[in-house]
Amino acid sequence: MERAAVVRADNKDKGGNMLKPYLVAAVLLATAGAANAQNTQQEIERYRQMIADGNPAELYEAKGEGIWKQKRGPKQVSLEQCDLGLGAGVVKGVYAQLPRYFKDADRVMDLETRLVHCMVSLQGISEADAKRNPFSTADRTSDMESLVSFVTAESKGVKMNVSLSHQKEREMYQLGEKMFYFRGGPYDFSCATCHGEDAKRIRLQDLPNLTNAKDAQRAYTTWPAYRVSQSTVRTFQWRLFDCFRQQRFPALEFTSDASVALTTFLAKNANGGTLAAPALKR
Amino acid sequence: MKTNLILVPAAVLVLAGCATSLSEGEAQQRSLSMMKSSFKAQGQASLARLDQDEVQAICSKYRPGESIPKEVTEKIEKAQFAAIKYPAKLMGNWQAGERVAQIGTGFQFSDGPSAPVGANCYACHQMSKQEISYGTIGPSLYQYGKLRGVSEPMQKYTYGKIYNSNAYSACSNMPRFGHNKILTEAQMADLTALLLDPASPVNQ
Repeated sequence: MERAAVVRADNKDKGGNMLKPYLVAAVLLATAGAANAQNTQQEIERYRQMIADGNPAELYEAKGEGIWKQKRGPKQVSLEQCDLGLGAGVVKGVYAQLPRYFKDADRVMDLETRLVHCMVSLQGISEADAKRNPFSTADRTSDMESLVSFVTAESKGVKMNVSLSHQKEREMYQLGEKMFYFRGGPYDFSCATCHGEDAKRIRLQDLPNLTNAKDAQRAYTTWPAYRVSQSTVRTFQWRLFDCFRQQRFPALEFTSDASVALTTFLAKNANGGTLAAPALKR
Repeated sequence: MKTNLILVPAAVLVLAGCATSLSEGEAQQRSLSMMKSSFKAQGQASLARLDQDEVQAICSKYRPGESIPKEVTEKIEKAQFAAIKYPAKLMGNWQAGERVAQIGTGFQFSDGPSAPVGANCYACHQMSKQEISYGTIGPSLYQYGKLRGVSEPMQKYTYGKIYNSNAYSACSNMPRFGHNKILTEAQMADLTALLLDPASPVNQ
């Protein structure tokens, strides 16, 4: 399966559509300051369309599929028997129904939390090891980013359909909603400070109003995403972690209850939206 | 009283049947303890940042754009206003103010101890014609001084608003730059000059 990733990467290089879009992006980003805001938005939109067929996230998807099928950990088994909510081994469409309550763990879990659970329970990897490297850095890749890319891509075109049928799902939604409006830290910021009203921007960056269904759908269904500015796929857990950093909060722990609660709130608000992840962002 | 006793459980049952399963008080309590166990101290950001002051706790109850009862806003504004400390000189240097307005770092766990702390005004406000990369969370401040003049009361109002936005507008989105010791007195005076000085790009 590692071979599959390499073959796909080679094809991309031959086609030449791996590198060219980056040059276009660099030019667009450099000229963005000189254009007016609306023009910039249009140009970014145009760039997104141009590169849509050559999203580098595809490399992560292929690598993630390899990791999914690889025998790993002390038990030397693959993740193929991992139950992501629709039965052991089912990957297609699962992301549209996460987070959800899992009886075997007696906990509501988002995708990343469930992947960690499967690494621990199926492969015998320690929880600490499974959680060690959730976000890549300049000199260290992250298997989690690849696995998440693979799984989410298998829900492309599927409509978000998060259920709150279990009491613990309803509780997590409610707790996530409370968190969304929680103001704290030296700057008094909450999630709602930036994401609670329509048609706002930070500098030139449009801000989705995550309490409005249309914006919430557009935002949620395009995460995870390949971030051109960071040259990697970023997961939804990363998105929340980085929001809180800018909110001047302490660090949100990977797969913590709070991260799952907030994800439940945001995913449910995006119900009905069609998944298009991993997407491509600036 | 009797009818109330009958109606209340009925209302609770209806709510439980929909999406809600925790009472308001329970949700409040549990979300706070959940957050305490879900964040960890990193860099300069300690867990104490999750401890809300009274203003943060009250303001968390209201949605953006939701009207807040007058007695609530008046109480906040009065107490916050009383805590403003003014420097001897309210107006500093607008050029220095422009630099502070552009800086977006400060207080993030990713900011090193020597990283500059800025006001990041442009993130949310239009300020001058030259800077086209501005946000819209706050109102445009372009020609702020030209429209208001540079009188002493206006200097005091402007400095005070930067020092503590909640003294004038309870639950404002704007950080309380002086009250929460984000900016220095000199930085706030420089920003006051950026907004009011007739020579500032804001007033061209």
